[in-house]
Amino acid sequence: MGSGLLDEDTAAALPEGRRLEGRGVPWRERLFQLGLWASLAVGVVFLASLLVYVVVEAWPRLDLRILTHFPDIIDPSNAGAQSAVMGTIWVIAFTALYCLPTGILTAIYLEEYADPHRWYNRVVEINIQNLAAVPSIVYGILGLGIIARGMGFGQTVLTASLTLSLLVLPTVIIAAREAIRAVPQSIREASLALGATRWQTIRRQVLPAAVPGMATGSILALSRAIGEAAPLLLLGGLAFITFNPSGLDSPFTVLPIQIFNWISQSRAEFISLASAAIVVLLVILLAMNSLAIWLRNHYSHRW
Amino acid sequence: MNMRTPLRRTTAPAAVTAALTAALVPAVSGCGTSGTDASGNGAAARQLSGTVRVDGSSTVAPLTSAAAQLFQGENPGVRVTVGTSGTGGGFEKFCAGETDISDASRPIEDDEKRACADNDITYQQLRIANDGLSVVVNKDNDFAKCLTVEQLRRIWEPGSDIKNWNQVDPDFPDEELELFGPGTDSGTFDYFTETINGEEGASRTDYSPSEDDNVVVQGIAGSRGGMGYFGLSYYEENKDELNVVKIDGGDGCVEPTAQTVQNGTYKPLSRPLFIYPKASSMAKPEVEAFVDYYVENNAEIAEKALFVPLNPQQNTQLKDDLQRLKEQQGS
Repeated sequence: MGSGLLDEDTAAALPEGRRLEGRGVPWRERLFQLGLWASLAVGVVFLASLLVYVVVEAWPRLDLRILTHFPDIIDPSNAGAQSAVMGTIWVIAFTALYCLPTGILTAIYLEEYADPHRWYNRVVEINIQNLAAVPSIVYGILGLGIIARGMGFGQTVLTASLTLSLLVLPTVIIAAREAIRAVPQSIREASLALGATRWQTIRRQVLPAAVPGMATGSILALSRAIGEAAPLLLLGGLAFITFNPSGLDSPFTVLPIQIFNWISQSRAEFISLASAAIVVLLVILLAMNSLAIWLRNHYSHRW
Repeated sequence: MNMRTPLRRTTAPAAVTAALTAALVPAVSGCGTSGTDASGNGAAARQLSGTVRVDGSSTVAPLTSAAAQLFQGENPGVRVTVGTSGTGGGFEKFCAGETDISDASRPIEDDEKRACADNDITYQQLRIANDGLSVVVNKDNDFAKCLTVEQLRRIWEPGSDIKNWNQVDPDFPDEELELFGPGTDSGTFDYFTETINGEEGASRTDYSPSEDDNVVVQGIAGSRGGMGYFGLSYYEENKDELNVVKIDGGDGCVEPTAQTVQNGTYKPLSRPLFIYPKASSMAKPEVEAFVDYYVENNAEIAEKALFVPLNPQQNTQLKDDLQRLKEQQGS
């Protein structure tokens, strides 16, 4: 409200603002604007054509069979992606379970407790930022070597979700830190001044205020994990699976791997199926991102 | 036999518990297993459960997947996973003890044998089907009856500048060469490039690729100078629209047929496909039942997955090898 009032004031103070803006735009500025639009168009046009292409390709198979049927190598018209959809849900649910608490607690430590002047805290910080840039296939190698073989978990839902947790952990930490940092210092000071302990301040003031930002960042990080095929291909590439996961120790397949598998088949029906599975994946991603946007708009705090 | 009705997912919780129990205690359901009733039909009547892990060649994967699908239709309690790590990647996992069966499009190599021996993994090679590629041209093409491997290589090698049939052989007429083939993701592409160009994935890129073999068929059928390659079973389905080219692999021109692929005289675009079951895994009733089913129904499975089935002699060999595998397990 306050800022709105201020805007009106400024507008009133500059009654000729409109005319100032319209008076002879220099060609350099026009060129710059054109450049801006062109850059915008690259992304939008590319995304739109991708969506149209996928939906057109998928059209013959875009029905409920994709959700209710299991992969069928002999009769494509009887095939669906239920095992992959369920596998994706299982893997992502456990990824969230492992990486969200770890990531958020790490962020609280780094923001609220760690002394940024200590060398070891700086090392941790640099490490996290570098980890966020490591290619996902490297996490696949790590998962295969340490989690699947070293720890003996095999190619299971557990291994996949632990590997994906490691993959998105840096992103979650960075997003959570940003959210915590966005809480004004004055709130903390006020809380401490009223006699609250550091824990009480974090618990009752900082965390509630930072939750929307953390949730948004975490959901976007999980969206990335959903689309990942590379590390999971390395973990087993289990491509033909006609059953839903039954537990953490169960073999699984996920949508990106199922898509990859269908694309390499030699019959046109399988290619449509792959497109239909891409549409399902896009719908899941879109739903998660919408949730993130809704959370941000609905709960975000302004000071 | 009423077990065969596909009541697949109706008893989910029961199946979950059963699968979990079986994974932890593989011996539980195997009280009266060994011996006589292990062959095909007897296995379907018993309620089997557990997981069969298969990995390996991406060429063999469709075959094993078809087997897995048909088998699971009859044994809804068993879960078969078929991975596609490639023949080499499959053996790596197999010899590390991570899989029950390895799919392979070539026999196991010496260093892989050593890796298996180091981990005390014994196995038996089972030739389960035959794979053959056919090189095809337009129906009106009456000159390219036979091509040598060398000619194929000159046409398909990376950077090839052959654009006309008379560049392939001066006796051929002046006819523009239009090439069609599978996309780079397919096992057919890998196999063809490896045998013809000497390196997997090495191919000229200025041809019309399609993951859909029907598109390749249509393309060649619609172009007088068209040429392409795909699995032999695909040519046989489209015999009326295309001509097949005989291949001279050094011993004269041979036409690809089920017989020449089976006996290996069609060179070098034919090969045997193998599965390698682990001897110790055969003690698990679900693995034994799956291998039995696969061997028993190999002709039907090969046909459904569009491969060339075994000839009677190879079939006998397969049964003998399976017997040998079961004897290994006993020792």
